[in-house]
Amino acid sequence: MLKITNLHASVGEKEILKGISLTVNAGEVHAIMGPNGSGKSTLAQVIAGHPGYEVTSGSIEYDGQDLLELEAEERAQAGVFLAFQYPIEIPGVTNAYFLRAAYNEIRKAHNQPELDPIEFLDVMEEKLTVVEMDASMMQRSVNAGFSGGEKKRNEILQMAVLEPKLAVLDETDSGLDIDALRIVAEGVNKLKRPDNATIVVTHYQRLLNYIVPDHVHVLAGGRIIKSGGKELALELEAKGYDWLLEPVTA
Amino acid sequence: MTASIETLVNKEYQYGFVTEVDTDTIPPGLTEETVRLISKKKEEPEWLLEWRLKAFRRWQTMTEPRWPNVTYEPIDYQAHTYYSAPKSVKPLQSLDEVDPELLKTYEKLGISLTEQKRLAGVAVDAIFDSVSVGTTMKSELAKAGVIFCSFGEAVREHPELVQKFLGSVVPYSDNFFAALNSAVFSDGSFVYVPKGVTCPLELSTYFRINAANAGQFERTLIVADEGASVSYLEGCTAPKRDEHQLHAAVVEIVALDRATVKYSTVQNWYAGDSEGKGGIYNFVTKRGKAFTDAKISWTQVETGSAITWKYPSVILQGDNSVGEFYSVAVVNGKQQADTGTKMIHIGRNTRSTIISKGISAGQGQNSYRGQVKVLPKAAGARNYTQCDSMLIGNQCGAHTFPYIEVANNSATLEHEASTSKIGEDQIFYCKARGLNAEHAISLIVAGFCKEVFKELPMEFALEAQQLLGISLEGSVG
Repeated sequence: MLKITNLHASVGEKEILKGISLTVNAGEVHAIMGPNGSGKSTLAQVIAGHPGYEVTSGSIEYDGQDLLELEAEERAQAGVFLAFQYPIEIPGVTNAYFLRAAYNEIRKAHNQPELDPIEFLDVMEEKLTVVEMDASMMQRSVNAGFSGGEKKRNEILQMAVLEPKLAVLDETDSGLDIDALRIVAEGVNKLKRPDNATIVVTHYQRLLNYIVPDHVHVLAGGRIIKSGGKELALELEAKGYDWLLEPVTA
Repeated sequence: MTASIETLVNKEYQYGFVTEVDTDTIPPGLTEETVRLISKKKEEPEWLLEWRLKAFRRWQTMTEPRWPNVTYEPIDYQAHTYYSAPKSVKPLQSLDEVDPELLKTYEKLGISLTEQKRLAGVAVDAIFDSVSVGTTMKSELAKAGVIFCSFGEAVREHPELVQKFLGSVVPYSDNFFAALNSAVFSDGSFVYVPKGVTCPLELSTYFRINAANAGQFERTLIVADEGASVSYLEGCTAPKRDEHQLHAAVVEIVALDRATVKYSTVQNWYAGDSEGKGGIYNFVTKRGKAFTDAKISWTQVETGSAITWKYPSVILQGDNSVGEFYSVAVVNGKQQADTGTKMIHIGRNTRSTIISKGISAGQGQNSYRGQVKVLPKAAGARNYTQCDSMLIGNQCGAHTFPYIEVANNSATLEHEASTSKIGEDQIFYCKARGLNAEHAISLIVAGFCKEVFKELPMEFALEAQQLLGISLEGSVG
């Protein structure tokens, strides 16, 4: 589904990704771990098409298409979803309106009829239960005045509604208390299907107690320095990152 | 991001066409003779001519205000034409007699004056240059006792009402542009809603400037008698021309005891090209006087004009009277706007609310100027002011000039202000959810303006939505 080959990306003069290669198949969950500043979030943003990053070489193939050729909104319409580490506030625009606008853009891209607000209510009601959110949240402005936990849950709600093929969760666990973490993780698990894939970017292993990955990759200095199964996450939890970093920096 | 914002805000002005009609236009220049000529053409009574002349003499002693935060070349008042009317417009028995060319003009503007296609529930007075082309739905209104007609007709048919209220809120000596308007005003709309009557229709006036070098100086007078209520909408467009055109209007609202008047404007005069060539100079005085328990509410969406100078105000004369001002002002290209309101609290327990949203793009300069004045007898007066500015791009400007004068210790005033910039982050967030940049900006701007848009009547909410290129549905309410 996703094939990243020798990807290099920079912000201004500074190269952050220095040759990432990664293949993700349908039905798989991949965890990307690594210390701060290793390029984890950059990778997530580049996949989503953030204009602040320049891809200097390498390629990303998604569903047989050249992903890098697509605008960010075209990627979203093609089924790529990024759960933001820091969800953005849009004052004055209700969550319900925003979500329906996004939902309809994706439907339009697939030549499906748009839903009116009443029809969309039914979609909403079902999805709200996935993240145990109250319907009143839908009438609040997008992320404005939301607590950290509410923002993250709102991201997962959007994911539930938009039903992406490839979901990238960027530090979705950061700033969550244990209950919110459980709700978010369970939400992600409920959305898992054989025909979609998830990339979980995280600093800590604890999220992976709930979302069990098929593959774990350690990113450091803009490169994947180690890949393994779910046991690698536990090993990282026990030993930290240093034992992996030393040979690289030596 | 920049490219998409530019395409959005630089959409071609779609009302810039010119209508070919034979006109009766007087030569440029402004003297006492001009004033007499206008009055004569309109077959006005002596008292009105006298009033115009007093205004004209006063105007000659006045100087153009220099305090607004706008710059422009000096205006040569002698170079403008002060009266222009399509020859075909004579007193009409019915709208079927209106010149088809004029009807076509209004059709193009989306305003149908013909019987079968009219907007249900809205009565329209169409003003073309200096005269009223026609007023719809008159008989329906007459049943309720509501008078809605052109100003000229009101002078002929209801002189006692006009004489009683004309200048009672905006005296001819009020300011330079009000004096100019009082001297040369051509037409406009007149509304009278009798005691206890709730006007059954939305009233709407559509102003169109067509003739070259002609200014439009319309005068609107709205009187809501005791316990009456009315909602009034005003729309404005003009052709694209290379010269600046002058628009100096006066709107007076009288809300007698317990009356409610809601006045909404969507102003979309031609703004000039991206180099600042052409465009309307919009110098407008709008003011209402609210008596005991009365309420006056101004809502405006200002998107056009090269220069906007406009402060719809409320004199809170009676006890418990309420004044409201909701405004969205958009500047782009080289547009300049200096707009806001005045809330003058005279009566006890008077309340006012000011919500101002300024959006600046391109090289536009947007100034909010607002005065809240609480007089010594206005015990318990309250004001809430919220003044927000949004910047799009980095060559535009937003400025705020609040004036607060309080002479009563029991008054409560709140003032909140904010300035924000549409961020790359917000746009990317929307894009990452499948919305393109244009849709994203629309959405963000709509959210920003929400508190004002929800005050607009439905018909205008739609027009405002198209005007700002934004999708409004659902983000309101």
